[in-house]
Amino acid sequence: MKIKAFKAALPHTIPIAIGFLFLGMSYGFYMRSNGFSFVYPMLMSMFIFAGSMEFVTVNLLMSAFNPVAAFFLTLMVNARHLFYGISMLDKYKNVGWKKPYLIFGLCDESFTINCSVTPPPDVDKGWFMFFVTLLNQSYWVIGATLGALLGYIIHFNTKGIEFVMTALFVVMFINQWEETKEHKSALIGLGASVFCLLLFGSSNFIIPAMALIILMFTLIRDRKEAK
Amino acid sequence: MTVTQQIITIAAVVLGTMVTRFLPFLVFPEGKTPPKFITYLGTVLPYAVIGLLVIYCLKDAVFSSLHCLPELIAITFIVVLHKWKKNTLLSIAGGTILYMFLVQVVFV
Repeated sequence: MKIKAFKAALPHTIPIAIGFLFLGMSYGFYMRSNGFSFVYPMLMSMFIFAGSMEFVTVNLLMSAFNPVAAFFLTLMVNARHLFYGISMLDKYKNVGWKKPYLIFGLCDESFTINCSVTPPPDVDKGWFMFFVTLLNQSYWVIGATLGALLGYIIHFNTKGIEFVMTALFVVMFINQWEETKEHKSALIGLGASVFCLLLFGSSNFIIPAMALIILMFTLIRDRKEAK
Repeated sequence: MTVTQQIITIAAVVLGTMVTRFLPFLVFPEGKTPPKFITYLGTVLPYAVIGLLVIYCLKDAVFSSLHCLPELIAITFIVVLHKWKKNTLLSIAGGTILYMFLVQVVFV
């Protein structure tokens, strides 16, 4: 039963493997180039397992100690998981002990596969989703660790390599932009952030920006409801 | 930051991530429907947060002497390359390499 589910899951994860190995390696290499031991990206990719937030955490680790702000920033950055969870309430029913792991490993890519792919009728659904999640996480952890290890061997002028994080978010922004005709949300995110950055300065703008974004969404929603 | 402070910071991030992943399953066990406002935030926040993250990445560059010039050049390049080739990994790699070239060779 397990082998069958593994064989059904594997092909769906191959495109993810390529992307995760590449991005994971950039992340590991980036951490190493900032002087962190390979243990950091290895454990962080294992326990946080939320790519964007792992990149952001590198910055957090290099700024002033503020775990409360780190916690709230994480809630915002990963708020989309709430939506994934709500969509998976039904699918993750009746899978036994695998359920906590499925929830723990609910990243964008595992969500995409598990919510859109229906395994063949002779394959156990729980094991299928388990292997999708496990394989995806393995690619990410292996990539991050390998990237950091490469950082010990390969030496070149890494000045500017931190831009890999900016590039990642810019590409995600374009992908999301083209996915929908409704650009209000994206523009609110950009606008509120720029406004708060200029008003509060670079070290204090994140929390006001998050508050402003939620406030604006609440306001446009109320207006919509009133119509 | 000391190692202890680093561990606490990472733990805060782990905890935050776990809250976002487990909360729906804890609050809505079998059969309960989530309130509309939460579902609504779940649909609109992802788009806004990526914008926030882009600005977060640029936060220090804005106030530097070059005022984001190399960043804006690299971002423009990424937008053009991504519209043209539509290859996520290529756009990320291309943009990063161009940026590294800009800050190492052009704007020294």
